[in-house]
Amino acid sequence: MYDVYEIRKQFPMLDGNKKMQGKPLVFLDNASTTLKPQCVIDATNRYYAEMTANSHRGDYDLCYFMDVEVAKAREAIAKFVNSEVNEVVFTSGDTEALNLVAYGYALKYLKEGDGILISEAEHASNSLPWFRIAELTKCSIYFINTDGRITVGQVEKSLNKHPNIKLVSIAHVGNVLGYRVDVKAVAKLCHRHNALICIDGAQSVPHLKTDFKDLDIDFLTFSAHKMCGPTGIGALVAKEKLLNDMDPFITGGGMNVSFKNDGTYLLLEAPAKFEAGTLNLAGIMGFRAAVEFLSSIGMENIEEHEKELHAYLLDKMGNNEDVIIYNKDNDGSILTFNKKGVFAQDEATLLNSKGIAVRSGQHCAKMIDRLLGTPATVRMSTYLYTTKEEIDVFVENLLNGGDILDAYFND
Amino acid sequence: MPISMTNDMMRSIIMDHSSHPTNKHIPTQDGYEKVHMHSDNCIDDLDIFLLVKDNKVIDACFEGVACTISLSSTDIMCDLIKGKTKEEAIYMIEQYHHMMHEEPFDEDVLEEAIVFINTSKQAARIRCATIGWNAADKILKDEK
Repeated sequence: MYDVYEIRKQFPMLDGNKKMQGKPLVFLDNASTTLKPQCVIDATNRYYAEMTANSHRGDYDLCYFMDVEVAKAREAIAKFVNSEVNEVVFTSGDTEALNLVAYGYALKYLKEGDGILISEAEHASNSLPWFRIAELTKCSIYFINTDGRITVGQVEKSLNKHPNIKLVSIAHVGNVLGYRVDVKAVAKLCHRHNALICIDGAQSVPHLKTDFKDLDIDFLTFSAHKMCGPTGIGALVAKEKLLNDMDPFITGGGMNVSFKNDGTYLLLEAPAKFEAGTLNLAGIMGFRAAVEFLSSIGMENIEEHEKELHAYLLDKMGNNEDVIIYNKDNDGSILTFNKKGVFAQDEATLLNSKGIAVRSGQHCAKMIDRLLGTPATVRMSTYLYTTKEEIDVFVENLLNGGDILDAYFND
Repeated sequence: MPISMTNDMMRSIIMDHSSHPTNKHIPTQDGYEKVHMHSDNCIDDLDIFLLVKDNKVIDACFEGVACTISLSSTDIMCDLIKGKTKEEAIYMIEQYHHMMHEEPFDEDVLEEAIVFINTSKQAARIRCATIGWNAADKILKDEK
């Protein structure tokens, strides 16, 4: 394990001076985005202060050094998820990565009569790209019949029922309930049914050791900003053969070998062919710093820390009858709940007035209300820097924080 | 309505309108104009209906899912807008927006809506407190 108080010293937002509504900030919206350590901020700044130049364009030293930085970052990401270096494509984030699989692979290879399997618990970014592909190709979308926790058996039932499924796309860890899927077993199953598997890793890669090769999945997507990295950068990790088969869905500079006035062109090999235009170079440098930071703490330690916090949180909450918890049995950092008789956003506003950041609503998973039986929930989510003292503040204010209108009247 | 109304009074008015919104129903007759409103960051999802005849708002009601502030502010807006001419209603909505943004406003026309004077302290709730009012404004200005 590690000393959480020592780790916190590296985060400027956690230096004790940051206030929200006049109270010390208690940041419990880590499933939405995460705070940044100084090393990530420094790496990002280094691009602007010391290294500004474009990558793979120009013969001067700064450009060359930038190429080296991008290559080092790609190596670092590949090492972090255990993939080959040329299997890592930089994207603007998880959303763009999923869209790249949708438009680069599914649009090219799926046709009418084929099927895509997802679940009702998926985030918009792992739902709408497939809806669009279904519109464009006339393929079908199927939903895993689940109560929220996706099991291997449920996926198998769907695959048996719909032998036309060619692609399965689910989150490793759901962003509302935080349930973890046995990805390795599901991947095996998908391949036995001749379907590819795409794993939305937005809520898993930041929290647990992810081994792309060992899981034997086809596509893995994630965002840097949910793992202490900068916004606007993320990755698609995909098997080399699939990347070679896929088409880019944006084209432009930096991804072609040549093009002529007869309309012919030749693209660079993957991953470069997917990275049109000037890359988010500051973001890429920060992304590398983030994965190196996480590795220095150890993903197993982060997972352990979050588990400990989860147990502590449930223990503190006790069996309070005023709070409905939707995922007591979850596997990590997300707790989704409602206070009885209180609309989710009202509770989130009350917590805001106490300096506590949580999220309310549907958390971008707008099909999950049927599974939960409520139109909206409050979600609190911890991360590697969350302390038990912060959990105490949260629980105290949740259970005894007063009337929802206190926030409104600053009483 | 005096601006010196106590916080307790304001609280009970807000809670009353959110627990028992008398204008929360679908219109029972034809002729209403409807605007659908939803917020980007909250669950608020409301249909607002106005019945306007001869330049006058005859009736106002709404239906949907919303938080306490959205529900109560929309319900109060419906109460206040009934019987007003289009111009009076638009003026009232303007004054309400001034209040939201801590700008000088004509408190006489806001009556009970004055209970939302604290909204600016919780800036994230301005969207909740104005969702129904913006809907009515759209209908009145024919910007649906």
